[in-house]
Amino acid sequence: MCLAIPARITRIKGDKAQVDFGEGVLREVNVTLVEPKVGDYVLVHAGYAIQTVDEKEALETIALWQEILAAQKE
Amino acid sequence: MGMTEKLRFRDPELAKSIAQKIHALTSKQKTIKICHVCGTHEWTITHYGVRSLLPSNVEVIAGPGCPVCIVPASEVDETIELAMKGTSITCFGDVLRVPGSHMSLLDAKAKGADVRIVYSVSDAVKMAEDEANKQFVFFAVGFETTSPSTAVEISQRPPRNLSFLVSHRVIPPAMELLASMEDLNLNGFIAPGHVSTIIGLRSYEVFPREYSMPTVVAGFEPLDVLFAVYMIIKQLSENKPRLENEYTRAVHWEGNTKAQELIREVFDVKDGKWRGLGTIPSSKLALKKQYAAYDAELKHNVKVEEGIDSQPGCRCHLVIIGKIRPTACPLFMKACTPQNPVGACMVSIEGTCRVWAKTVSS
Repeated sequence: MCLAIPARITRIKGDKAQVDFGEGVLREVNVTLVEPKVGDYVLVHAGYAIQTVDEKEALETIALWQEILAAQKE
Repeated sequence: MGMTEKLRFRDPELAKSIAQKIHALTSKQKTIKICHVCGTHEWTITHYGVRSLLPSNVEVIAGPGCPVCIVPASEVDETIELAMKGTSITCFGDVLRVPGSHMSLLDAKAKGADVRIVYSVSDAVKMAEDEANKQFVFFAVGFETTSPSTAVEISQRPPRNLSFLVSHRVIPPAMELLASMEDLNLNGFIAPGHVSTIIGLRSYEVFPREYSMPTVVAGFEPLDVLFAVYMIIKQLSENKPRLENEYTRAVHWEGNTKAQELIREVFDVKDGKWRGLGTIPSSKLALKKQYAAYDAELKHNVKVEEGIDSQPGCRCHLVIIGKIRPTACPLFMKACTPQNPVGACMVSIEGTCRVWAKTVSS
């Protein structure tokens, strides 16, 4: 029940937005709880976007893992 | 292709490297017991076989992370009473089969009650608007991931023929209960990522400070969980328990402040019963006085004080705190199956027994 799925905002109208869950699965979600822009990724839970997902942070997380793992091999 | 697939959150080579690092840090350690409190974490761990990558002395156990599993029978009974009296009940699909004292909402539906599954609380609002001559109740179950959506709708004052049976719980007090159970011997927490997108990190500070437990907020890809295990083990090996955030792409220190404000606007925090855990102080949300018109218990005059939470033989109360594995329950996959659940942990797709049943049978 705490499942939340990342989706990309394709259109915003008031407190509703159309999101793309990937491979063309579109759905309307409520964006009252976040302030997204078109193109942002959001986490969607039970029809509500609960937080935006930072793609830059996602890349940095992976980079950090690789850094730590590389340090181990030295 | 979604964002997570494009990135390397499921990369087997990276997983292997992280696992090696965990093995290197734990070779001389005694048993380490790490607890998560989220059904989706259990799903990730089981589905991707994360446990098989860990050393034998590192145990990851599932705490009370399934909101459907911890709803006490008394609250299910109230919903059933309302349904049998002619109110239309709206609820999330995984609540339908949760056992009440004598039956589930699905049984009530089979007896002719109007019980409707919704994807979102906004669907319930729409139904109440469309059928103004009917009384609707939304059975509001869920942790902090879900309660903001209920708060949004109530704060916007939906139609008066819709009221709410509020069963929302907050998770940090349950974690504190587990941390204080000395016989559980927990060494660290993987904190729930989606709950944390809402509440932020502050509520977890107590665990490293008061209980010397490393606590790491983690995301839901297999490498998120594996890396969180590594971060906890590293803290333990340094003997410096602290609070860390692995899920930085979605969780910020302050959380979602707008959601927090809405929750505070609509709900008070009260002591609440959890199935299998008893009463936990300051763990249940209840509607504030100014929203009393939306309180289903008051509006329809229904109150069940005591229900039958556990059927004979059921060990959900031990599974829910990670004291035993589902396979140690005598009913597991015998009298209790996903088709005919006896205990609440077998009902929701996030219940520990249900997650294990799927893996055992597939």
